[in-house]
Amino acid sequence: MRLVNQRRQTISMRQSIFEPIANFYSQGAYISVSDGNGTGYAATSDTSRSGLKKAIQRAQNWANDNSRFQLISPTTLPRPKLSGQYHSPIAQPWDSIDLETKLEEMRKIDQRLNIHDVIVDWWVVFYSCQSEIIFVTPDIELQQSFSYLTPYLGAVANNGRETQKRTFGIETGSQSGYESILNADLGYRAKIIAEQSLALLEAPNCPGGNKDLLLMPSQMILQIHESIGHPLELDRILGDERNYAGTSFVTLDMFGKYKYGSNLLNISFNPNQPQQIASYQYDDEGSPAKREFLIKDGILLRPLGGITSQSRAGLSGVATSRSCDWNRPPIDRMANINLEPGETSFNDMVASIENGILMDTNRSWSIDDSRNKFQFGCELGRIIKDGELRGIIKNPNYRGISSDFWRNLKSVGDPASFAVLSVPTCGKGEPNQAIRVGHASPACVFADTDIFGGGE
Amino acid sequence: MKQIKQSFFDLFQQLSDGLLDDEILLANALAEDSDFVQMNYGKIRNAGSVHQIQISLRLILENRQASAQFNIGGNEKDDLNRANHVIESLRNQIRVSPKDPFLLINTEIHNSELIATDSFSETHLIIEEIISSSKGLDLVGLFSNGIIYRGFANSLGQRNWHSRSSFNFDWSCYIHTDKAVKSRYSDFNWNSERFLAKIETIHKQLEFLSKTALTINPDNYRVYLAPAAVSELMMTLAWQGFGAKNHKTQQTPLQKLASGQVNLHSGVSLFENNADGLIPGFTHNGFKKPPLVTLIDKGQLCDMLINSRSASEYNLSVNADIEIPESLDFLAGDLARSDVFRKLDTGLYINNLWYSNFSDMNQCAITGMTRFACFLVENGQIKAPINPLRFDDSLFNILGNNLEAISIDREWILDTDTYERRSLASMRLPGLLIDNLKFTL
Repeated sequence: MRLVNQRRQTISMRQSIFEPIANFYSQGAYISVSDGNGTGYAATSDTSRSGLKKAIQRAQNWANDNSRFQLISPTTLPRPKLSGQYHSPIAQPWDSIDLETKLEEMRKIDQRLNIHDVIVDWWVVFYSCQSEIIFVTPDIELQQSFSYLTPYLGAVANNGRETQKRTFGIETGSQSGYESILNADLGYRAKIIAEQSLALLEAPNCPGGNKDLLLMPSQMILQIHESIGHPLELDRILGDERNYAGTSFVTLDMFGKYKYGSNLLNISFNPNQPQQIASYQYDDEGSPAKREFLIKDGILLRPLGGITSQSRAGLSGVATSRSCDWNRPPIDRMANINLEPGETSFNDMVASIENGILMDTNRSWSIDDSRNKFQFGCELGRIIKDGELRGIIKNPNYRGISSDFWRNLKSVGDPASFAVLSVPTCGKGEPNQAIRVGHASPACVFADTDIFGGGE
Repeated sequence: MKQIKQSFFDLFQQLSDGLLDDEILLANALAEDSDFVQMNYGKIRNAGSVHQIQISLRLILENRQASAQFNIGGNEKDDLNRANHVIESLRNQIRVSPKDPFLLINTEIHNSELIATDSFSETHLIIEEIISSSKGLDLVGLFSNGIIYRGFANSLGQRNWHSRSSFNFDWSCYIHTDKAVKSRYSDFNWNSERFLAKIETIHKQLEFLSKTALTINPDNYRVYLAPAAVSELMMTLAWQGFGAKNHKTQQTPLQKLASGQVNLHSGVSLFENNADGLIPGFTHNGFKKPPLVTLIDKGQLCDMLINSRSASEYNLSVNADIEIPESLDFLAGDLARSDVFRKLDTGLYINNLWYSNFSDMNQCAITGMTRFACFLVENGQIKAPINPLRFDDSLFNILGNNLEAISIDREWILDTDTYERRSLASMRLPGLLIDNLKFTL
């Protein structure tokens, strides 16, 4: 049984007007029953004794009805044996700060966004979430509590001919308290994105051609997410997601030998990265989570899959069986999937590029259902010519094929450019689930990438 | 069914009775009793039920407001305690909240009730039938079944209730790797004959799909987009295409259409068809929706979707709950089903598109992938299945000069979205014959 109690609050300001405060409280229980060869679940918002009894009976009925048709016999699955706790590290709990203080902070940021008549829309949003989860089986009891905070700023400019947008913050969501708002220097960030939205209106279109591509961490996280994270999800490889989220070009026989990328590519599953959004001690099947390399020196080592998928596949994975709330079963997800820093400074990376483009902050993402052919677009680009950063360009896009792309990884930034970031909503699963995912990465350079600008 | 409805209205009445002077309370119920059966390799991967009742309260006092959504369990005393606790917390928040200049609620009382009356087989019996009828097929997908409830009440006396019982079977059958035929079967009552007919169609399409797949070079191709493929384009356009706020802040991808710089094909007419859709006829602020909102009329941009906040800000009339179509209706054309392959002649027959996104919103340019059963057609005959291709083209081309024909037959596609809860959205779409669709990878 998994009991979840979640509290979310969104406070927002758009075009200098406070929007209604939105509170969200979710409380319910997920109960899974295994009986013989059958398994079933029932989820209920009725957490009274009688409500839970009814849910247990419903889950039992499913287990009985399913036993003849079940894909996986529960008798073959291992059961975690370790009890424990986890609590997000927070300095200033969200609720300990009064509302007036938060509104005043937003006012200050708002003033830095509305800097010109051509800025037609702007906003400041603080998303907070606190969640407590109790997980109980006949063998173990787990208690975990999480506190998440995400700021989101945006400035939209229009000159009568076109619209350009710059945003900041949605990728910086973390496990933290109000201190992350104060430490993020959001007023300065607001000023920068407002100015950049104006500059983009006057900027030339991104030039096309095959060039070196320098991706900032704010875009690297999407690249990692779509073309490494999803393909390594074991339930995709095992076919569960083929009708919805898709399959994977990765097959079971590739683990331990497939050359996923250049020797510079090191990808870790790191549930212990301090304050990263998907840190935890135990996944939602009750397995203890620990740091492991998924890809080391370019070689594919492990998939992302919890004990159920590991048992089906006959592979060792990592504890990433997660559910978004009490009303959904756990499935194989990404958690903190990070690209480990290398040794090249940002300046040296730029200096090494004769003809290339820098891209910052994702704005468009698309990839095929096997996670091969992708296309991404960014909010802002800069030309790199003869080892120097030049002017801003608009509508930067690039496309490629996952395996070729990662093999063209030619430079990985040092710890100075390493940023611990996140993707706030990753959609997957039948029934659907949206979940927080962490990614950290330094800036990276990819050779010979198909780059292009906006279309006419 | 009655139990949830009565629980919601009884709870609301007690909360309403406890309001302080000049306070106004609005409430919404979002509830479901749903079964979800996930299948893989023709077997059950995961099966269960979700019983959830969520109540949303909006407290208003002197143009200040705050809202909260929470679950109730069904125990009257516990639920009332929880709701009173929520209201007290909203009161505290309102005290320090600034006045909201764009607050707008409905004050004209109109009550309504739509109660689900359909009855159908229990889920496990349908699953048995699906498994026995699809023997030999590598079937994967999700069967959802149950009752969805929506309710509204305000302290001015308005009461609305809306419940629908329906099932949605969204599945595909694979031959190998990424080669599969996708199908959907959604309705209020399960009909075995209709399901068997769909299985028969799948078998036929799998025969075509079993041929060696061709890898097509990126280029411009003549294509027929089946309704499911059109739905992917419409979903992408719907994000920001029709909302008043998006138009007023120049963030719609249809800016060039709005300013008259481009025109769409005169056969393109799009509506928000509230009358024929499954969603409630009332908004979460209690406004009654018009039966039909014309979004594009004969290629010309027409009305926007306007929620209560935009209505207040821009002095417009409310015609939508959210500023995204939930019952999109694309007017049929004159292309007969029997003529599709002949008119396509040589090109690509695309059953499904996937993972679309704007590549350049100013140009209304969308990129995405082909998925599932897509075929190369030569001289009106299917030649071979094709491997996934990436397209990147402007909807101003796709629905403009390059649009050659719109099918007579339309498909009513019920949204299979189950994020947080089962969706009630739907689209009724034709297929489109398009010349020179640009493929890039």
